[in-house]
Amino acid sequence: MAESDIALMAHLMRRAGFGATRDELEAYVAKGYEATVDELVHPEQQPDVDFDLMERSLPEYGELAGIESNQQAWVYRMVNTKRPLQEKMTLFWHGILCTGFAKIDYGRMMSIYADLFRRKGLGNYRELIMELSSHPTMVYYLDNTDNHKDAINENYGRELLELFTMGVGMDGKFNYTEDDVKAASRAFTGWSVNPALPVFPYGRSPWSFRFDPTDHDDSEKTFLGNTGRWNGGDIVNMAVETHATARFISRHLYNFFVADEPQVPAWKDTPPKDPEAIQILEKAFVDSGYEMSAVMSALFNSDFFKNSRFQKVKSPAEVVAGTIRLVKDHQNVKPGLFPVMKECTFMGQDLLNPPTVEGWHTGREWIDSGTLVERINFVADQVGNLDLPGVQLIADRMTGDSSITSPEAFVDGCLSLIGPVEVSEKTKAALIEHAKGAGEIRRGTEEDRSSLARRVGEMLQLIVATAEYQYN
Amino acid sequence: MMAGNGKERVLVVLSLSGGNDFLNTIVPYTNPLYQDYRPTLGIPEDQVLRINDEVGFHPSMTELKEIYDQGNMAVIQGVGYPHPSRSHFRSMDIWHTCEPDTIGQEGWLGRTIKEMDPNAENVLTGVNFGRGLPRALVAPGVPVASVGNIETYGLLTGIEGDQQRTDALDVFSRMYAPAIGSGPVMDYIWETGRSALKGADILQTAPQKYASNVEYGANPIAQGMKAIAQVHFAEFGTRILYTTSPYNSFDTHASQAGAHAQLWRNVSESVADFYEDLREHNQGDEVLLFMFSEFGRRARDNGGGTDHGTGGACWIIGDHVNGGLYGEYPSLQQGDLEDGGDLLHNVDFRSVYTTILEKWLGMDAKPLVGGSYEPMGFL
Repeated sequence: MAESDIALMAHLMRRAGFGATRDELEAYVAKGYEATVDELVHPEQQPDVDFDLMERSLPEYGELAGIESNQQAWVYRMVNTKRPLQEKMTLFWHGILCTGFAKIDYGRMMSIYADLFRRKGLGNYRELIMELSSHPTMVYYLDNTDNHKDAINENYGRELLELFTMGVGMDGKFNYTEDDVKAASRAFTGWSVNPALPVFPYGRSPWSFRFDPTDHDDSEKTFLGNTGRWNGGDIVNMAVETHATARFISRHLYNFFVADEPQVPAWKDTPPKDPEAIQILEKAFVDSGYEMSAVMSALFNSDFFKNSRFQKVKSPAEVVAGTIRLVKDHQNVKPGLFPVMKECTFMGQDLLNPPTVEGWHTGREWIDSGTLVERINFVADQVGNLDLPGVQLIADRMTGDSSITSPEAFVDGCLSLIGPVEVSEKTKAALIEHAKGAGEIRRGTEEDRSSLARRVGEMLQLIVATAEYQYN
Repeated sequence: MMAGNGKERVLVVLSLSGGNDFLNTIVPYTNPLYQDYRPTLGIPEDQVLRINDEVGFHPSMTELKEIYDQGNMAVIQGVGYPHPSRSHFRSMDIWHTCEPDTIGQEGWLGRTIKEMDPNAENVLTGVNFGRGLPRALVAPGVPVASVGNIETYGLLTGIEGDQQRTDALDVFSRMYAPAIGSGPVMDYIWETGRSALKGADILQTAPQKYASNVEYGANPIAQGMKAIAQVHFAEFGTRILYTTSPYNSFDTHASQAGAHAQLWRNVSESVADFYEDLREHNQGDEVLLFMFSEFGRRARDNGGGTDHGTGGACWIIGDHVNGGLYGEYPSLQQGDLEDGGDLLHNVDFRSVYTTILEKWLGMDAKPLVGGSYEPMGFL
């Protein structure tokens, strides 16, 4: 099997999911690239995660207010899903259509919210934004519960335009005015939630949406130049259909799946890194009537995607879930998922609790001296542990391949099996130097082989400490 | 610039993330329009901690009021910038970068650190306490340690065996050595790795060296101030120490009354504990504390909270501060409100920065804040 096919498939699986082991990559390559993309954009064809045992092992999951069991449940899904793109889209939308536990204060509600992206993330974007606008988590998060006919609260009206659909501006111009924000806010008056049932004696119940026609401003409004007695749904339709939205979502897709772009506030004045790619995505978005599966298919099959290897800094969730998938740990319910989940937080991505409604700053902003230390330490601890099945698989291939005799081949073998990872000359020289220092490669005795396996573990620890490994 | 005790002067920054409600922090309690605008959130006159016959502090700010009464606090009223942004990220970025018109990549304190230590001889000239580096501290070639938990800070700590770890760190430092032609992000990661390695070795000694009778609260603001005290007392040559209240905690669109009171109680107690700690260690002379938020909030409450607004306040605290109120309290008259509902700023935040940079740190502020701004009288 050609190394270049493996490398391309590894790229696809890192971006469309949370990576894959060498065995899995070989199976995907045998199946073919386009067939694999097709499988990814049709998650319903794969079995869902067997979740019953997981729920039972997290007694808080259903009832109590805490967030941690809900965060663990998500990490468990990322690690074990056979529908990797479904989980990746969930993470994608979660970082854009933000709500957070800090305000919601009800973990189960945050899981219900993330389920929206699991259900609709690869479906129709217009439907997604419609459901978002009436999702009780969002309605409460952006204070639409306080948006009244006689006292508007602009929070949802503004963020719907600024962050969820059109974006502030493009090509140096503003996409909407302050009056549009006010009109949108008025259209969403009366979109609220039912009063929550008391917490005791049976625990909490999920919230539900309520439209109160008596608190809705039904008068005429002018939004984006169109005048009518608009309700919230009309605003969503008009916003979704603008060119600004096609551009904004395309740039988000590019930034998340292809290559790091400047942060969102720069988009009004900073043109896309690859305008042709954005055009292709915009066209797929509009031509399909906003069907995300069609857009994702176009994206993954494009040349600009295939040529974008290691153009992104891994997000913490990608680091954590990708590592646990690689080492094949937590494939069944077992203790120890809590500290694994917490690593995402330490690296700067507290799942289900983004810092603001504007989500996380991404790209190089994931890295500072604090988070770099967290990333390297966590991954090095995992890949240095030869008891983990995924690490054993790599060690077995290395000890079993008698053609690997030189320090150079040893380093290349480890780089290939853990990625393939591409490193600079300087990095490779330092790794080879270290491999040389550890002496001759021998496989004659049982002791030779276990010592070689240990050396593989050490080499993997150094590889994951490289700057190159921080890229996706 | 040296302090009276012969030590180099230090700037501590506490960022109040989320947009603090100025009107309920420095309360114009005798202005009839105030109670009109705040039918639900208005603070009753008898609860306000009076500064003068017109304004007073929020009732939670007891300790800060004492510091004010001792003459060690300047309150800048109506601070902001022209054409205000009501987006958290954007407005915070403007305060961080001093670039309201374009998207800036460099922070004013990053540039300041570069000026203080142009060759990055000390990787700890600037230290951030918290996860994720605020843009204020970002500048090319400027290492800033970002410390989540100062007790457990280090690199490749899981490698067993001292010799193995030493070898691994040796390989690490070679892999992270500078090289040409790899692009700005790779350069940035290498640079970050090098400074992390250096900084970790030094920083981990700070908690061991620290002893104090002050007991800080358990909330993140208090813990941030404690870590700042630990690093300052350890004398690593750190000049800029920065921490942030929990992200967007001041974003009180709803249920503001309780949340805002608790936040200011935490800030007030933490700052007072920090000052007590400085005095106990006889190190108050060289420290200046600056507190700010990215914007104020709408004049009118929305029933339970307040929406994003413009003009706000900032605070400068220290033994050398000329205490008092600065700037004019923004007019509450309907016709004077910006865009029909927001307090107009009358002090540009870059004037405040300029004052701190020139009068406290003895630096030329113009290139650091991107223009000439009139210094103020609080120092």
